[in-house]
Amino acid sequence: MYTIGLYCVVCTVLLISYTKDKTKTMIALKKAWKSFENILPQFLSIIIIIGIVLAILSPDEISALIGQQSGWLGIFVAAIIGSITLIPGFVTFPLAAALLKSGAGFMQIVVFISTSMMVGVVTAPVEIQYFGRKVTYIRNLLALLFSFIVAAIIGVILI
Amino acid sequence: MISVDNLKQMLLVIPPIFILLGLLDVWVPRETMLKLMGKDSGLIGITIAFVLGAASAGPLYAAFPIAGVLMKKGSRLFNVLIFIGAWSTTKIPLLLFEASTMGWRFMFTRLIIDIFVIVLIAYITEKIITIRERKMIYQNIEKL
Repeated sequence: MYTIGLYCVVCTVLLISYTKDKTKTMIALKKAWKSFENILPQFLSIIIIIGIVLAILSPDEISALIGQQSGWLGIFVAAIIGSITLIPGFVTFPLAAALLKSGAGFMQIVVFISTSMMVGVVTAPVEIQYFGRKVTYIRNLLALLFSFIVAAIIGVILI
Repeated sequence: MISVDNLKQMLLVIPPIFILLGLLDVWVPRETMLKLMGKDSGLIGITIAFVLGAASAGPLYAAFPIAGVLMKKGSRLFNVLIFIGAWSTTKIPLLLFEASTMGWRFMFTRLIIDIFVIVLIAYITEKIITIRERKMIYQNIEKL
């Protein structure tokens, strides 16, 4: 659904650009291809890693790991799983809600949500390509740290 | 759940994003970007970065190429980090979905806290990066 919308927008914009200036549009397309080529190795490695992660971490496994866990171990495990996995946002929330229903700790779930959104171990190769090692490490580490803090705050406010 | 379909979706999403970036690169002059999101753009730059991130849809790794073009055109690192932060945690379509699955109270609480967190992360990261490192990042972006 989102994809269809995206393609519509891109086609429209491309058409406008083409009618306004043909040369510029062709340059734009060439640039698009060149940047894509530059980033292709990293994207491919991400896809391969995702395939492996998907094979190892089925939803049942995730439930088993942090479903009934409590305490700090569960929170850490939730954080690690969230950091490593590449779950689309629209899957994260139903999964979180389902896990909560089947007894997962609230703070564990919040940490899981936060880290799965902000921390990207699997996407790091691409991030490094654009931002360099230091920024990538710092941003992800800070995101991880703050995920715990967010979970703690939400735990206090909402429980 | 997560499946081959998701993978296919990812592959489909990538080409149009790069085309958009190519167009952005070609049509938005550096001067405009500098004025809107450069070092001295102040609150306007921050707001634009945030709105761009929040109005988006798609996984985080799709944000990186966009951030790349923003930086190539001279956006301030802080603003770009705000953009990434907003993209990852405050995408508006996703917020609505979050509210429906986890409750409005949860969504708003997390949203407000996350806004602070995003700003903090962007601020701290920018502060830690030295001027020389920043130059290297921007130089590297030029090559992409």
